[in-house]
Amino acid sequence: MNIGVVVFPGSNCDHDCQYVFRDVLGQDVSMVWHKESSLAGLDAVILPGGFSYGDYLRTGAIARFSPVMQAVKRFAADGGLVLGICNGFQILLEAGLLPGAMLRNKSLHFICRETYIKVENASTPFTNACKPGQVLKIPIAHADGNYYTDPVTLASLQANAQAVFRYCTADGTVAPESCPNGSLDNIAGIRNAEGNVLGLMPHPERCAEAMMGNDDGRAIFLSMITTCERKQSVGVR
Amino acid sequence: MKAKIHVTLKQGILDPQGKAIEHALDSLGFKNASNVRVGKYMELDLNETDKARAEVAVKSMCEKLLANTIIEEYRYELSA
Repeated sequence: MNIGVVVFPGSNCDHDCQYVFRDVLGQDVSMVWHKESSLAGLDAVILPGGFSYGDYLRTGAIARFSPVMQAVKRFAADGGLVLGICNGFQILLEAGLLPGAMLRNKSLHFICRETYIKVENASTPFTNACKPGQVLKIPIAHADGNYYTDPVTLASLQANAQAVFRYCTADGTVAPESCPNGSLDNIAGIRNAEGNVLGLMPHPERCAEAMMGNDDGRAIFLSMITTCERKQSVGVR
Repeated sequence: MKAKIHVTLKQGILDPQGKAIEHALDSLGFKNASNVRVGKYMELDLNETDKARAEVAVKSMCEKLLANTIIEEYRYELSA
């Protein structure tokens, strides 16, 4: 599998993603500078975490106009897998590849700690290695992760099982107290209607090998690899 | 022309910064202050003399970049 990791000015989790896919999971990884206009030859694209363009104006607001984002839009429209982590999720929202927007965390704090998220939909290209309802322990590190969308969009996200991850307690209870940032409906990650674009605030690349004391994040990357292998075996991208 | 642009969170959307400031004002004794909303202020020079065209340009800037209309609203003033 050939993974492209997009590098924006201010990305800082790009090398972590590269490390996990290349060194931990043995895949081919290309770093894609944000000025690139082609994603030819890639099976999946990662928009990593960080502070693209210093988070100026709004998180992700300026990165979405990087040349590479036109290519990401085409790649997604052609059915390619796109994963946005943290700032990558914020960029996908600003680019309109996923619905909604991020508000400042309810507490106003930058929160950096472990969270538990529940896999609400285990039949996506990003979660097929998980069990339905499985609880993953994955850390967050953000100031703007308070997911918001209008009531109509929220209802359609729920109706189409697009709210893929929700913040929960260690035993999987989704309650207001288990939401670290004020996100609507405890949403930690969503997918698009077609299912090939996913954004999440927690950082699975920070917990993808046993040496780190937690490898819950690995399931998301393994799911993507399985998806691409299946696609290759039937001859589509 | 000069454009002065204000962007704030829409009414009805929780503004945690506004709330924090409201609490601070309250603890300073300003009991008559409420409904604090925090926003952004931007100003820019437009190479344009026609007010209608300037308005079209500023509106487009706000819609495309300066405000995220899912959560924010904007207003602007144009002056010579």
